[in-house]
Amino acid sequence: MSSEVEELDARGLLCPLPVIRTQDRVRSLADGVELIITATDPGVMQDIPAWCRVHGHVLLSAEHTGCLCVVRLRVIREKNAP
Amino acid sequence: MSEQPRAVALISGGLDSMLAARVVMDQGVHVEGVNFFTGFCVEGHTHAIREHKGPKPKRNNALWVAEQLGIPLHLIDVIEEYKDVLLNPKHGYGANMNPCLDCKIFMVKKARELFIESSFLSDHGFDFIITGEVVGQRPKSQRKWTMPVIASESGANDRLLRPLSAHNLPETLPEREGWVQRDKLFGFSGRDRKPQIALAKSLGFEDWAQPAGGCCFLTDANYSNKLVDLWKSRGNREYELDDIILLKVGRHLRPAPHFKLIIGREQGENEYLRGYAYALPSIECLSHIGPLCLIDGDPSDADLELAAALVARYSQGRDVESVTVEVRFPNKTGRVIHVRPVAAEDIAADWWV
Repeated sequence: MSSEVEELDARGLLCPLPVIRTQDRVRSLADGVELIITATDPGVMQDIPAWCRVHGHVLLSAEHTGCLCVVRLRVIREKNAP
Repeated sequence: MSEQPRAVALISGGLDSMLAARVVMDQGVHVEGVNFFTGFCVEGHTHAIREHKGPKPKRNNALWVAEQLGIPLHLIDVIEEYKDVLLNPKHGYGANMNPCLDCKIFMVKKARELFIESSFLSDHGFDFIITGEVVGQRPKSQRKWTMPVIASESGANDRLLRPLSAHNLPETLPEREGWVQRDKLFGFSGRDRKPQIALAKSLGFEDWAQPAGGCCFLTDANYSNKLVDLWKSRGNREYELDDIILLKVGRHLRPAPHFKLIIGREQGENEYLRGYAYALPSIECLSHIGPLCLIDGDPSDADLELAAALVARYSQGRDVESVTVEVRFPNKTGRVIHVRPVAAEDIAADWWV
């Protein structure tokens, strides 16, 4: 499994755009890569975990501190991954 | 075709598309969902901007439907491509600025290009497209005569299946090929929702989204008026995402053709509008709790005085003699103004956009 960590800056975007940007980034990542998404729309706290569940990626954490939301996921390359 | 038939379902987040996908899944077809984000979708932005104090967190209904169905959902940004649909609809607009028929054609066509003709989004191609359309349900896009128009102009032709209304329409490729059995599809028509609700219950669904006014802001008269006002004030119909999102936020008042005020209605909107203060002049009360206001246009000093008095009107100082407000400009300069709040009767009806 990859130990690579990638970051995605989705600050200033409103949902569903942070989810779309996450999906587009994940499409280019290998199995096992960790992606850290930073966003300002608290909607990501529900939407990115839901997106992970329907695509089979692993949600590592989702934290909302002050104005920032930080969501971490691990890419899983299985049949349902985008 | 792959061994197991594969279909892509247009998932809006509403009941009909959820049922259409499920009915086909129950026939052994591999189904994945797609949801197109045009910028005008009710989902998402408005939920994010406005304050919500209820116990239930706002959800993205398309993602929620995908979870209920247990299918992947592909979210596609079509903001740029959609401009041509909105600005040049071959079939015209509905009651407001909603180009519903062209929109449906565009989305089915896009699904065809991405999923049937290309395997860009998946390791495997797809065999057909599912929509939740029901004959007679929508006055602009879901009528008996529009169904074949959508199928042909999208290029999907007989690879477009409407499971809820299939018995009202000619047989499609998935039916002819035996990928789905026609007698297990439905013949719903008209605006009555009872058949869908009965089907939902029979399939074990206990919850579904019931968006008031549909899933698109363009069907909303107030929103459409604001969009037309924006174009008129600029002298052209170009727009960017920020423009159309700002139309969803706040009270919009245009006291004169050359400037407009966007006044936050609650804290969530104020905070959202604050994010644009780097680009537009803004006004905020200093002496009282009040809204944040953005100014779009080119106001004179006298206009700023009026704008400040209008903002004071929506502050907690609306009944006092003098309210202190600060006008800030994107270049970081600003000035403090003391104003008497505008009386309600002095706000001309035609200022409201």
